[in-house]
Amino acid sequence: MADTDLRKGLTVRDADVAREPTVVVDDVHIVYRVHGAGSGKGSATSAVSRILSRKRSAGVREVHAVRGISFTAYKGEAIGLIGSNGSGKSTMLAAIAGLLPTEKGGIYTNGQPSLLGVNAALMNELTGERNVVLGCLAMGMTPAQVRERYNDIVEFSGINDKGDFISLPMRTYSSGMGARLRFSIAAAKTHDVLLIDEALATGDQAFQQRSKKRIDELRGSAGTVFLVSHDNSSIREVCERTIWIEAGELVMDGPTEEVVSRYERGDRP
Amino acid sequence: MSTVSEPVSLSAPRGADAGLTPKQLADKYGLAVSGRRPGLVAYSKQLWARRHFIWAFATARLVAQYTDAKLGQLWQVVTPLLNCAVFYLVFGVILKSKDGFPDGTYTAWLCIGVFVFQFTQNAVQSGTRAISDNLGLIRALHFPRASLPIAFTVIQLQQLLISMVVLVGVVLASGIEPGRTWLAVVPALLLQSMFNTGVALVMARIGAKTSDISQLIPFAMRAWMFLSGVMFSIQDKISTWPEFWQKVMQFNPASVYMDLLRHAFAPVIYNKHVPQHQEFPPHQWTYGIAWAVGMFVIGYVFFWKAEEEYGRG
Repeated sequence: MADTDLRKGLTVRDADVAREPTVVVDDVHIVYRVHGAGSGKGSATSAVSRILSRKRSAGVREVHAVRGISFTAYKGEAIGLIGSNGSGKSTMLAAIAGLLPTEKGGIYTNGQPSLLGVNAALMNELTGERNVVLGCLAMGMTPAQVRERYNDIVEFSGINDKGDFISLPMRTYSSGMGARLRFSIAAAKTHDVLLIDEALATGDQAFQQRSKKRIDELRGSAGTVFLVSHDNSSIREVCERTIWIEAGELVMDGPTEEVVSRYERGDRP
Repeated sequence: MSTVSEPVSLSAPRGADAGLTPKQLADKYGLAVSGRRPGLVAYSKQLWARRHFIWAFATARLVAQYTDAKLGQLWQVVTPLLNCAVFYLVFGVILKSKDGFPDGTYTAWLCIGVFVFQFTQNAVQSGTRAISDNLGLIRALHFPRASLPIAFTVIQLQQLLISMVVLVGVVLASGIEPGRTWLAVVPALLLQSMFNTGVALVMARIGAKTSDISQLIPFAMRAWMFLSGVMFSIQDKISTWPEFWQKVMQFNPASVYMDLLRHAFAPVIYNKHVPQHQEFPPHQWTYGIAWAVGMFVIGYVFFWKAEEEYGRG
Protein backbone atom coordinates (compact mmCIF):
# COMPACT_ATOMS: atom_id res chain seq x y z
CA MET A 1 0.00 0.00 0.00
CA ALA A 2 1.03 3.57 -0.54
CA ASP A 3 0.85 4.31 3.14
CA THR A 4 3.29 1.59 4.14
CA ASP A 5 5.68 2.59 1.41
CA LEU A 6 5.66 6.12 2.72
CA ARG A 7 6.29 4.88 6.23
CA LYS A 8 9.19 2.66 5.25
CA GLY A 9 10.91 5.11 2.99
CA LEU A 10 10.16 8.48 4.42
CA THR A 11 10.06 8.41 8.18
CA VAL A 12 10.45 12.16 8.16
CA ARG A 13 7.13 12.46 6.39
CA ASP A 14 5.23 10.31 8.93
CA ALA A 15 3.09 13.34 9.47
CA ASP A 16 1.33 12.69 6.17
CA VAL A 17 -0.08 9.27 7.09
CA ALA A 18 -3.58 9.10 8.54
CA ARG A 19 -3.66 6.83 11.59
CA GLU A 20 -6.59 4.95 13.01
CA PRO A 21 -7.66 6.36 16.39
CA THR A 22 -8.71 3.92 19.14
CA VAL A 23 -9.37 6.27 22.04
CA VAL A 24 -10.45 9.90 21.70
CA VAL A 25 -10.56 11.91 24.91
CA ASP A 26 -12.23 15.23 24.23
CA ASP A 27 -11.97 17.96 26.90
CA VAL A 28 -12.97 15.63 29.73
CA HIS A 29 -13.87 16.80 33.23
CA ILE A 30 -14.49 14.29 36.01
CA VAL A 31 -16.00 15.22 39.36
CA TYR A 32 -16.22 12.83 42.30
CA ARG A 33 -19.07 13.39 44.73
CA VAL A 34 -17.99 12.24 48.17
CA HIS A 35 -20.83 11.49 50.56
CA GLY A 36 -20.34 11.95 54.24
CA ALA A 37 -17.38 14.27 53.89
CA GLY A 38 -19.13 16.85 56.06
CA SER A 39 -18.86 16.88 59.83
CA GLY A 40 -20.67 14.53 62.21
CA LYS A 41 -22.09 12.14 59.63
CA GLY A 42 -21.92 9.17 61.92
CA SER A 43 -24.01 10.48 64.79
CA ALA A 44 -27.69 9.61 64.88
CA THR A 45 -28.81 13.11 65.86
CA SER A 46 -27.11 14.70 62.89
CA ALA A 47 -28.58 12.09 60.57
CA VAL A 48 -32.07 12.85 61.90
CA SER A 49 -31.59 16.61 61.67
CA ARG A 50 -30.29 16.19 58.13
CA ILE A 51 -33.41 14.27 57.15
CA LEU A 52 -35.69 16.75 58.94
CA SER A 53 -34.09 19.80 57.37
CA ARG A 54 -34.08 18.04 53.97
CA LYS A 55 -30.59 19.30 53.24
CA ARG A 56 -29.37 16.15 51.58
CA SER A 57 -26.42 17.84 49.96
CA ALA A 58 -24.97 18.95 53.30
CA GLY A 59 -22.51 16.08 53.53
CA VAL A 60 -21.58 15.94 49.85
CA ARG A 61 -18.32 17.40 48.70
CA GLU A 62 -17.14 17.66 45.14
CA VAL A 63 -13.65 16.72 44.05
CA HIS A 64 -12.70 17.92 40.59
CA ALA A 65 -10.28 15.12 39.72
CA VAL A 66 -9.80 15.69 35.99
CA ARG A 67 -9.96 19.19 34.51
CA GLY A 68 -10.26 19.33 30.78
CA ILE A 69 -7.89 16.68 29.42
CA SER A 70 -7.82 16.00 25.68
CA PHE A 71 -5.76 13.52 23.69
CA THR A 72 -6.13 10.92 20.99
CA ALA A 73 -4.56 7.48 21.07
CA TYR A 74 -3.92 5.49 17.91
CA LYS A 75 -3.76 1.85 16.96
CA GLY A 76 -0.55 0.12 18.00
CA GLU A 77 0.52 2.74 20.53
CA ALA A 78 1.60 2.06 24.09
CA ILE A 79 1.02 5.14 26.17
CA GLY A 80 2.32 5.74 29.67
CA LEU A 81 0.49 7.96 32.14
CA ILE A 82 2.69 9.58 34.77
CA GLY A 83 2.20 12.13 37.53
CA SER A 84 2.41 12.38 41.30
CA ASN A 85 -0.04 10.63 43.65
CA GLY A 86 -3.57 11.97 43.32
CA SER A 87 -2.90 13.67 40.00
CA GLY A 88 -5.82 11.90 38.33
CA LYS A 89 -4.06 9.15 36.36
CA SER A 90 -6.10 6.24 37.68
CA THR A 91 -9.29 8.29 37.45
CA MET A 92 -8.52 8.96 33.80
CA LEU A 93 -8.00 5.26 33.19
CA ALA A 94 -11.24 4.28 34.93
CA ALA A 95 -13.10 6.85 32.82
CA ILE A 96 -11.66 5.44 29.59
CA ALA A 97 -12.82 2.01 30.75
CA GLY A 98 -16.32 3.45 31.10
CA LEU A 99 -16.41 2.95 34.85
CA LEU A 100 -16.67 6.63 35.75
CA PRO A 101 -19.14 9.10 34.27
CA THR A 102 -17.71 12.26 32.75
CA GLU A 103 -19.01 15.59 33.99
CA LYS A 104 -18.25 17.34 30.71
CA GLY A 105 -16.67 16.31 27.43
CA GLY A 106 -16.65 12.88 25.87
CA ILE A 107 -14.56 9.71 25.72
CA TYR A 108 -14.92 7.70 22.52
CA THR A 109 -13.42 4.26 22.22
CA ASN A 110 -13.04 1.47 19.73
CA GLY A 111 -14.72 -1.55 21.28
CA GLN A 112 -14.79 -2.04 25.04
CA PRO A 113 -11.57 -1.04 26.81
CA SER A 114 -10.57 -3.46 29.51
CA LEU A 115 -9.18 -2.16 32.77
CA LEU A 116 -6.61 -4.23 34.59
CA GLY A 117 -5.91 -2.93 38.05
CA VAL A 118 -4.07 -4.41 41.00
CA ASN A 119 -6.89 -3.39 43.33
CA ALA A 120 -9.56 -5.15 41.35
CA ALA A 121 -9.88 -8.54 43.00
CA LEU A 122 -11.74 -11.38 41.41
CA MET A 123 -13.31 -13.73 43.94
CA ASN A 124 -11.11 -14.30 46.95
CA GLU A 125 -12.91 -17.30 48.40
CA LEU A 126 -12.59 -19.26 45.16
CA THR A 127 -9.56 -21.20 44.00
CA GLY A 128 -7.23 -19.74 41.41
CA GLU A 129 -8.43 -22.44 39.05
CA ARG A 130 -12.07 -21.33 39.31
CA ASN A 131 -11.04 -17.70 39.00
CA VAL A 132 -9.26 -18.38 35.72
CA VAL A 133 -12.35 -20.09 34.30
CA LEU A 134 -14.75 -17.46 35.65
CA GLY A 135 -12.62 -14.55 34.49
CA CYS A 136 -12.35 -15.96 30.97
CA LEU A 137 -16.06 -16.73 30.77
CA ALA A 138 -16.89 -13.24 32.09
CA MET A 139 -14.79 -11.73 29.31
CA GLY A 140 -17.01 -13.58 26.87
CA MET A 141 -14.95 -16.64 25.96
CA THR A 142 -16.72 -19.90 25.23
CA PRO A 143 -16.03 -22.92 27.48
CA ALA A 144 -14.05 -24.51 24.64
CA GLN A 145 -11.80 -21.45 24.33
CA VAL A 146 -11.27 -21.47 28.09
CA ARG A 147 -10.20 -25.13 28.07
CA GLU A 148 -7.83 -24.36 25.23
CA ARG A 149 -6.15 -21.40 26.94
CA TYR A 150 -6.32 -22.60 30.56
CA ASN A 151 -2.85 -24.17 30.66
CA ASP A 152 -1.26 -21.17 28.95
CA ILE A 153 -2.81 -18.80 31.46
CA VAL A 154 -1.65 -20.79 34.48
CA GLU A 155 1.81 -21.28 33.03
CA PHE A 156 2.11 -17.60 32.14
CA SER A 157 1.09 -16.50 35.63
CA GLY A 158 3.81 -18.68 37.16
CA ILE A 159 1.46 -19.46 40.07
CA ASN A 160 2.41 -23.12 40.04
CA ASP A 161 6.17 -22.49 39.97
CA LYS A 162 6.49 -23.16 43.69
CA GLY A 163 3.94 -25.94 44.07
CA ASP A 164 0.27 -26.50 43.36
CA PHE A 165 -1.11 -23.08 44.31
CA ILE A 166 -3.71 -22.83 41.57
CA SER A 167 -6.03 -25.18 43.49
CA LEU A 168 -5.92 -23.00 46.64
CA PRO A 169 -8.38 -20.17 47.32
CA MET A 170 -7.18 -16.80 46.07
CA ARG A 171 -7.31 -15.32 49.57
CA THR A 172 -4.25 -17.42 50.40
CA TYR A 173 -2.22 -15.77 47.63
CA SER A 174 0.29 -13.02 48.21
CA SER A 175 -0.64 -9.69 46.62
CA GLY A 176 1.97 -10.26 43.94
CA MET A 177 0.59 -13.70 43.06
CA GLY A 178 -2.95 -12.33 42.88
CA ALA A 179 -1.88 -9.49 40.60
CA ARG A 180 0.02 -11.91 38.37
CA LEU A 181 -2.95 -14.21 37.98
CA ARG A 182 -5.30 -11.30 37.22
CA PHE A 183 -2.92 -9.96 34.61
CA SER A 184 -2.61 -13.40 33.04
CA ILE A 185 -6.39 -13.80 32.84
CA ALA A 186 -6.96 -10.37 31.31
CA ALA A 187 -4.07 -10.75 28.89
CA ALA A 188 -5.38 -14.10 27.65
CA LYS A 189 -7.84 -12.26 25.45
CA THR A 190 -6.82 -9.75 22.83
CA HIS A 191 -8.36 -6.41 23.70
CA ASP A 192 -8.75 -3.47 21.38
CA VAL A 193 -7.73 -1.24 24.24
CA LEU A 194 -5.99 -2.57 27.33
CA LEU A 195 -5.65 -0.32 30.39
CA ILE A 196 -3.08 -1.36 32.97
CA ASP A 197 -2.92 0.22 36.40
CA GLU A 198 0.41 -0.46 38.16
CA ALA A 199 0.25 -4.14 37.28
CA LEU A 200 3.85 -4.45 36.21
CA ALA A 201 5.40 -3.13 39.39
CA THR A 202 3.99 -5.94 41.52
CA GLY A 203 5.35 -9.09 39.93
CA ASP A 204 8.88 -10.36 40.32
CA GLN A 205 11.64 -9.80 37.76
CA ALA A 206 10.86 -12.86 35.64
CA PHE A 207 7.16 -12.06 35.51
CA GLN A 208 7.82 -8.44 34.57
CA GLN A 209 9.83 -9.64 31.60
CA ARG A 210 7.06 -12.00 30.53
CA SER A 211 4.36 -9.35 30.86
CA LYS A 212 6.37 -6.85 28.85
CA LYS A 213 6.60 -9.42 26.08
CA ARG A 214 2.89 -10.08 26.31
CA ILE A 215 2.06 -6.35 26.13
CA ASP A 216 4.15 -6.12 22.98
CA GLU A 217 2.17 -9.02 21.51
CA LEU A 218 -1.11 -7.37 22.44
CA ARG A 219 0.00 -4.18 20.74
CA GLY A 220 1.01 -6.18 17.73
CA SER A 221 -2.48 -7.67 17.45
CA ALA A 222 -3.82 -4.21 16.63
CA GLY A 223 -4.47 -2.85 20.10
CA THR A 224 -3.62 0.17 22.19
CA VAL A 225 -2.13 -0.16 25.65
CA PHE A 226 -2.29 2.42 28.44
CA LEU A 227 0.01 1.99 31.40
CA VAL A 228 -0.20 3.88 34.69
CA SER A 229 2.89 3.42 36.79
CA HIS A 230 5.20 5.12 39.25
CA ASP A 231 8.00 2.97 37.99
CA ASN A 232 9.58 5.14 35.31
CA SER A 233 11.82 2.38 34.04
CA SER A 234 8.87 0.16 33.14
CA ILE A 235 7.22 3.14 31.38
CA ARG A 236 10.49 3.67 29.47
CA GLU A 237 10.66 0.03 28.46
CA VAL A 238 7.02 -0.44 27.44
CA CYS A 239 5.78 2.89 26.13
CA GLU A 240 7.01 5.09 23.32
CA ARG A 241 4.57 7.85 24.17
CA THR A 242 3.89 9.34 27.59
CA ILE A 243 1.29 11.70 28.98
CA TRP A 244 2.14 13.66 32.13
CA ILE A 245 -0.85 14.62 34.26
CA GLU A 246 -0.66 16.90 37.27
CA ALA A 247 -3.60 18.12 39.41
CA GLY A 248 -6.04 16.81 36.82
CA GLU A 249 -4.51 18.76 33.98
CA LEU A 250 -2.41 17.59 31.06
CA VAL A 251 1.11 18.90 31.52
CA MET A 252 2.88 17.26 28.63
CA ASP A 253 2.17 14.72 25.88
CA GLY A 254 5.10 13.50 23.82
CA PRO A 255 7.80 10.87 23.25
CA THR A 256 8.49 8.93 26.45
CA GLU A 257 12.17 9.80 26.82
CA GLU A 258 11.51 13.50 26.58
CA VAL A 259 8.49 13.56 28.91
CA VAL A 260 9.87 11.20 31.55
CA SER A 261 13.23 12.92 31.80
CA ARG A 262 11.56 16.29 32.28
CA TYR A 263 9.16 14.71 34.81
CA GLU A 264 12.13 13.32 36.73
CA ARG A 265 13.77 16.75 36.79
CA GLY A 266 10.46 18.32 37.82
CA ASP A 267 10.82 20.62 34.83
CA ARG A 268 7.27 21.60 33.83
CA PRO A 269 6.96 23.11 30.39
CA MET B 1 14.26 16.96 17.41
CA SER B 2 14.66 19.88 19.75
CA THR B 3 14.17 19.47 23.48
CA VAL B 4 11.09 21.68 23.36
CA SER B 5 8.38 19.48 21.89
CA GLU B 6 5.01 20.35 20.53
CA PRO B 7 2.69 19.28 23.37
CA VAL B 8 -0.06 17.89 21.11
CA SER B 9 2.03 16.61 18.23
CA LEU B 10 1.44 12.92 18.99
CA SER B 11 -2.27 13.44 19.50
CA ALA B 12 -3.17 15.47 16.46
CA PRO B 13 -4.67 13.64 13.51
CA ARG B 14 -2.42 13.43 10.49
CA GLY B 15 -2.65 13.09 6.76
CA ALA B 16 -6.19 13.01 5.48
CA ASP B 17 -7.57 13.48 8.98
CA ALA B 18 -5.57 16.61 9.77
CA GLY B 19 -7.69 19.40 11.12
CA LEU B 20 -10.58 17.22 12.32
CA THR B 21 -11.91 17.96 15.81
CA PRO B 22 -11.78 15.06 18.27
CA LYS B 23 -15.53 14.56 17.91
CA GLN B 24 -15.33 14.44 14.11
CA LEU B 25 -12.42 12.03 14.30
CA ALA B 26 -14.33 9.73 16.64
CA ASP B 27 -17.36 9.79 14.34
CA LYS B 28 -15.29 9.11 11.24
CA TYR B 29 -13.77 5.93 12.69
CA GLY B 30 -16.99 4.81 14.35
CA LEU B 31 -15.79 5.11 17.94
CA ALA B 32 -18.52 4.80 20.55
CA VAL B 33 -18.95 6.61 23.84
CA SER B 34 -17.20 4.52 26.49
CA GLY B 35 -19.44 2.72 28.97
CA ARG B 36 -22.74 3.50 27.28
CA ARG B 37 -25.67 1.20 27.96
CA PRO B 38 -26.53 -1.09 25.03
CA GLY B 39 -30.10 -1.40 23.74
CA LEU B 40 -32.41 -3.94 25.32
CA VAL B 41 -32.06 -6.45 22.49
CA ALA B 42 -28.28 -6.10 22.24
CA TYR B 43 -28.11 -6.40 26.03
CA SER B 44 -30.13 -9.60 26.02
CA LYS B 45 -27.81 -11.02 23.36
CA GLN B 46 -24.75 -10.18 25.45
CA LEU B 47 -26.40 -11.76 28.45
CA TRP B 48 -27.19 -14.92 26.52
CA ALA B 49 -23.55 -15.09 25.40
CA ARG B 50 -22.59 -15.10 29.10
CA ARG B 51 -24.83 -18.03 30.05
CA HIS B 52 -21.82 -20.25 30.74
CA PHE B 53 -20.40 -17.56 33.01
CA ILE B 54 -23.68 -17.34 34.94
CA TRP B 55 -23.74 -21.09 35.45
CA ALA B 56 -20.05 -21.34 36.40
CA PHE B 57 -20.38 -18.38 38.78
CA ALA B 58 -23.39 -19.94 40.49
CA THR B 59 -21.73 -23.33 40.88
CA ALA B 60 -18.47 -21.83 42.13
CA ARG B 61 -20.30 -19.69 44.66
CA LEU B 62 -22.34 -22.60 45.92
CA VAL B 63 -19.21 -24.67 46.48
CA ALA B 64 -17.32 -21.80 48.12
CA GLN B 65 -20.19 -20.86 50.43
CA TYR B 66 -19.55 -23.58 52.96
CA THR B 67 -15.80 -24.11 52.56
CA ASP B 68 -15.18 -22.96 56.13
CA ALA B 69 -17.85 -25.21 57.66
CA LYS B 70 -16.85 -28.75 58.62
CA LEU B 71 -20.19 -30.22 57.57
CA GLY B 72 -19.93 -28.40 54.26
CA GLN B 73 -22.95 -28.45 52.02
CA LEU B 74 -24.90 -30.50 54.53
CA TRP B 75 -25.89 -27.17 56.09
CA GLN B 76 -28.01 -26.39 53.06
CA VAL B 77 -30.41 -29.06 54.24
CA VAL B 78 -29.88 -28.88 57.97
CA THR B 79 -30.60 -25.13 58.31
CA PRO B 80 -34.14 -25.18 56.85
CA LEU B 81 -34.90 -28.40 58.76
CA LEU B 82 -33.90 -26.72 62.03
CA ASN B 83 -36.14 -23.82 61.04
CA CYS B 84 -38.99 -26.23 60.49
CA ALA B 85 -38.37 -27.81 63.90
CA VAL B 86 -38.57 -24.42 65.66
CA PHE B 87 -41.73 -23.42 63.81
CA TYR B 88 -43.27 -26.82 64.51
CA LEU B 89 -42.63 -26.42 68.22
CA VAL B 90 -43.91 -22.84 68.48
CA PHE B 91 -46.76 -22.74 65.98
CA GLY B 92 -47.68 -26.40 65.71
CA VAL B 93 -47.50 -27.55 69.30
CA ILE B 94 -47.73 -24.44 71.51
CA LEU B 95 -50.11 -22.36 69.38
CA LYS B 96 -51.94 -25.53 68.22
CA SER B 97 -51.96 -24.60 64.52
CA LYS B 98 -51.64 -28.26 63.60
CA ASP B 99 -55.11 -29.00 64.98
CA GLY B 100 -56.63 -27.17 61.98
CA PHE B 101 -55.21 -29.65 59.48
CA PRO B 102 -56.11 -33.16 58.36
CA ASP B 103 -54.43 -35.74 60.59
CA GLY B 104 -50.62 -35.77 60.43
CA THR B 105 -50.31 -33.42 57.46
CA TYR B 106 -49.20 -30.30 59.32
CA THR B 107 -45.49 -31.22 59.25
CA ALA B 108 -45.50 -31.63 55.47
CA TRP B 109 -47.58 -28.46 55.04
CA LEU B 110 -45.17 -26.49 57.25
CA CYS B 111 -41.98 -27.81 55.63
CA ILE B 112 -43.19 -27.10 52.09
CA GLY B 113 -44.09 -23.57 53.17
CA VAL B 114 -40.74 -22.95 54.88
CA PHE B 115 -38.69 -24.25 51.93
CA VAL B 116 -40.73 -22.37 49.35
CA PHE B 117 -40.76 -19.10 51.27
CA GLN B 118 -37.05 -19.36 51.94
CA PHE B 119 -36.44 -19.70 48.20
CA THR B 120 -37.96 -16.26 47.61
CA GLN B 121 -36.48 -14.81 50.79
CA ASN B 122 -32.97 -15.84 49.72
CA ALA B 123 -33.55 -14.32 46.29
CA VAL B 124 -34.43 -10.98 47.87
CA GLN B 125 -31.49 -11.04 50.27
CA SER B 126 -28.81 -12.16 47.83
CA GLY B 127 -30.23 -9.91 45.13
CA THR B 128 -29.77 -6.90 47.38
CA ARG B 129 -26.09 -7.75 47.78
CA ALA B 130 -25.48 -9.04 44.25
CA ILE B 131 -23.89 -5.81 43.02
CA SER B 132 -22.41 -4.36 46.19
CA ASP B 133 -20.64 -7.60 47.18
CA ASN B 134 -19.07 -8.06 43.76
CA LEU B 135 -17.70 -4.60 43.04
CA GLY B 136 -14.23 -6.06 42.48
CA LEU B 137 -15.48 -8.27 39.69
CA ILE B 138 -17.60 -5.47 38.22
CA ARG B 139 -14.75 -2.99 38.19
CA ALA B 140 -12.25 -5.49 36.78
CA LEU B 141 -14.19 -7.05 33.93
CA HIS B 142 -16.86 -6.06 31.48
CA PHE B 143 -19.96 -8.22 31.27
CA PRO B 144 -23.70 -7.56 31.44
CA ARG B 145 -24.29 -6.85 35.12
CA ALA B 146 -27.61 -8.68 35.12
CA SER B 147 -25.47 -11.85 35.08
CA LEU B 148 -24.89 -11.41 38.81
CA PRO B 149 -28.47 -11.26 40.20
CA ILE B 150 -29.45 -14.01 37.75
CA ALA B 151 -26.52 -16.15 38.89
CA PHE B 152 -27.63 -15.70 42.50
CA THR B 153 -31.11 -16.94 41.60
CA VAL B 154 -29.51 -19.97 39.93
CA ILE B 155 -27.62 -20.59 43.19
CA GLN B 156 -30.92 -20.53 45.13
CA LEU B 157 -32.47 -22.91 42.62
CA GLN B 158 -29.58 -25.34 42.93
CA GLN B 159 -29.92 -25.19 46.72
CA LEU B 160 -33.66 -25.70 46.47
CA LEU B 161 -33.23 -28.81 44.36
CA ILE B 162 -31.11 -30.32 47.13
CA SER B 163 -33.74 -29.31 49.69
CA MET B 164 -36.44 -30.88 47.51
CA VAL B 165 -34.92 -34.32 48.07
CA VAL B 166 -35.31 -33.81 51.82
CA LEU B 167 -38.80 -32.43 51.32
CA VAL B 168 -39.90 -35.54 49.46
CA GLY B 169 -38.66 -37.55 52.42
CA VAL B 170 -40.67 -35.41 54.85
CA VAL B 171 -43.81 -35.65 52.74
CA LEU B 172 -43.55 -39.43 52.42
CA ALA B 173 -42.86 -39.74 56.14
CA SER B 174 -46.11 -37.87 56.82
CA GLY B 175 -47.97 -40.66 55.12
CA ILE B 176 -48.81 -38.76 51.95
CA GLU B 177 -48.59 -40.97 48.89
CA PRO B 178 -47.02 -39.77 45.66
CA GLY B 179 -49.57 -39.05 42.95
CA ARG B 180 -50.03 -37.45 39.59
CA THR B 181 -50.20 -33.97 41.16
CA TRP B 182 -46.49 -34.26 41.92
CA LEU B 183 -45.85 -33.48 38.26
CA ALA B 184 -47.11 -29.95 38.94
CA VAL B 185 -44.11 -29.35 41.23
CA VAL B 186 -41.83 -28.68 38.25
CA PRO B 187 -43.85 -25.91 36.54
CA ALA B 188 -44.66 -24.35 39.92
CA LEU B 189 -40.97 -24.15 40.81
CA LEU B 190 -40.09 -22.79 37.37
CA LEU B 191 -42.67 -20.03 37.77
CA GLN B 192 -41.35 -19.20 41.21
CA SER B 193 -37.77 -19.11 39.91
CA MET B 194 -38.82 -16.65 37.24
CA PHE B 195 -40.58 -14.50 39.82
CA ASN B 196 -37.51 -14.66 42.07
CA THR B 197 -35.22 -13.59 39.23
CA GLY B 198 -37.37 -10.51 38.68
CA VAL B 199 -37.35 -9.68 42.40
CA ALA B 200 -33.57 -10.21 42.60
CA LEU B 201 -33.03 -7.84 39.65
CA VAL B 202 -35.16 -5.12 41.26
CA MET B 203 -33.44 -5.56 44.63
CA ALA B 204 -30.00 -5.57 42.99
CA ARG B 205 -30.54 -2.13 41.49
CA ILE B 206 -32.00 -0.73 44.71
CA GLY B 207 -29.28 -2.35 46.83
CA ALA B 208 -26.53 -1.01 44.57
CA LYS B 209 -27.70 2.57 45.09
CA THR B 210 -28.99 2.55 48.66
CA SER B 211 -26.95 0.45 51.02
CA ASP B 212 -29.32 1.41 53.88
CA ILE B 213 -31.89 -0.95 52.38
CA SER B 214 -30.04 -4.02 53.64
CA GLN B 215 -30.84 -2.92 57.20
CA LEU B 216 -34.56 -2.92 56.44
CA ILE B 217 -34.73 -6.19 54.51
CA PRO B 218 -34.86 -8.53 57.54
CA PHE B 219 -37.90 -6.70 58.96
CA ALA B 220 -39.69 -6.57 55.66
CA MET B 221 -39.06 -10.27 55.09
CA ARG B 222 -40.30 -11.20 58.56
CA ALA B 223 -43.49 -9.20 58.06
CA TRP B 224 -43.99 -10.83 54.67
CA MET B 225 -43.45 -14.30 56.13
CA PHE B 226 -46.09 -13.86 58.84
CA LEU B 227 -48.55 -12.28 56.40
CA SER B 228 -48.10 -15.13 53.92
CA GLY B 229 -49.10 -17.89 56.31
CA VAL B 230 -45.96 -19.98 56.23
CA MET B 231 -46.53 -21.73 59.54
CA PHE B 232 -50.26 -21.20 60.10
CA SER B 233 -53.21 -21.00 57.76
CA ILE B 234 -53.58 -17.33 56.93
CA GLN B 235 -57.01 -17.91 55.38
CA ASP B 236 -58.50 -18.92 58.70
CA LYS B 237 -57.18 -15.76 60.33
CA ILE B 238 -58.42 -13.30 57.72
CA SER B 239 -61.84 -14.82 57.03
CA THR B 240 -63.50 -11.96 58.93
CA TRP B 241 -61.62 -9.26 56.96
CA PRO B 242 -63.37 -7.13 54.32
CA GLU B 243 -63.69 -8.78 50.91
CA PHE B 244 -61.17 -6.41 49.30
CA TRP B 245 -58.37 -7.18 51.74
CA GLN B 246 -59.03 -10.91 51.48
CA LYS B 247 -58.53 -10.56 47.72
CA VAL B 248 -55.31 -8.59 48.21
CA MET B 249 -53.96 -11.24 50.60
CA GLN B 250 -54.89 -13.95 48.16
CA PHE B 251 -52.87 -12.21 45.46
CA ASN B 252 -49.71 -12.28 47.64
CA PRO B 253 -47.11 -14.05 45.44
CA ALA B 254 -45.55 -15.92 48.37
CA SER B 255 -48.96 -17.39 49.27
CA VAL B 256 -49.65 -18.20 45.63
CA TYR B 257 -46.46 -20.22 45.16
CA MET B 258 -46.78 -21.92 48.55
CA ASP B 259 -50.35 -22.93 47.73
CA LEU B 260 -49.33 -24.26 44.33
CA LEU B 261 -46.56 -26.41 45.77
CA ARG B 262 -48.55 -27.58 48.78
CA HIS B 263 -51.39 -28.57 46.51
CA ALA B 264 -48.98 -30.36 44.20
CA PHE B 265 -47.17 -32.27 46.95
CA ALA B 266 -50.06 -32.96 49.33
CA PRO B 267 -53.45 -32.64 47.60
CA VAL B 268 -55.01 -34.45 50.57
CA ILE B 269 -54.77 -31.23 52.62
CA TYR B 270 -57.15 -29.55 50.18
CA ASN B 271 -59.44 -32.55 49.72
CA LYS B 272 -63.00 -31.43 50.47
CA HIS B 273 -63.96 -34.87 51.77
CA VAL B 274 -61.34 -34.81 54.50
CA PRO B 275 -62.21 -33.17 57.84
CA GLN B 276 -60.45 -29.85 58.54
CA HIS B 277 -59.26 -29.52 54.93
CA GLN B 278 -57.80 -26.23 53.65
CA GLU B 279 -59.35 -24.09 50.91
CA PHE B 280 -57.42 -24.05 47.65
CA PRO B 281 -58.20 -20.54 46.37
CA PRO B 282 -59.27 -20.33 42.71
CA HIS B 283 -57.08 -18.96 39.91
CA GLN B 284 -53.79 -19.74 41.73
CA TRP B 285 -52.12 -20.91 38.50
CA THR B 286 -53.20 -17.72 36.71
CA TYR B 287 -51.80 -15.59 39.52
CA GLY B 288 -48.62 -17.65 39.56
CA ILE B 289 -48.02 -17.14 35.83
CA ALA B 290 -48.92 -13.44 36.00
CA TRP B 291 -46.52 -12.81 38.88
CA ALA B 292 -43.71 -14.76 37.19
CA VAL B 293 -43.94 -13.06 33.80
CA GLY B 294 -44.80 -9.60 35.15
CA MET B 295 -42.07 -9.53 37.79
CA PHE B 296 -39.42 -10.88 35.43
CA VAL B 297 -40.13 -8.29 32.73
CA ILE B 298 -40.33 -5.41 35.21
CA GLY B 299 -37.17 -6.51 37.01
CA TYR B 300 -35.20 -7.03 33.81
CA VAL B 301 -36.05 -3.63 32.32
CA PHE B 302 -35.67 -1.86 35.68
CA PHE B 303 -32.18 -3.36 36.15
CA TRP B 304 -31.09 -2.68 32.57
CA LYS B 305 -32.10 0.99 32.83
CA ALA B 306 -29.19 1.61 35.23
CA GLU B 307 -26.71 -0.80 33.60
CA GLU B 308 -24.00 1.82 33.02
CA GLU B 309 -24.10 3.03 36.63
CA TYR B 310 -23.22 -0.18 38.50
CA GLY B 311 -19.80 -0.09 40.10
CA ARG B 312 -19.27 3.56 39.25
CA GLY B 313 -18.04 6.32 41.49
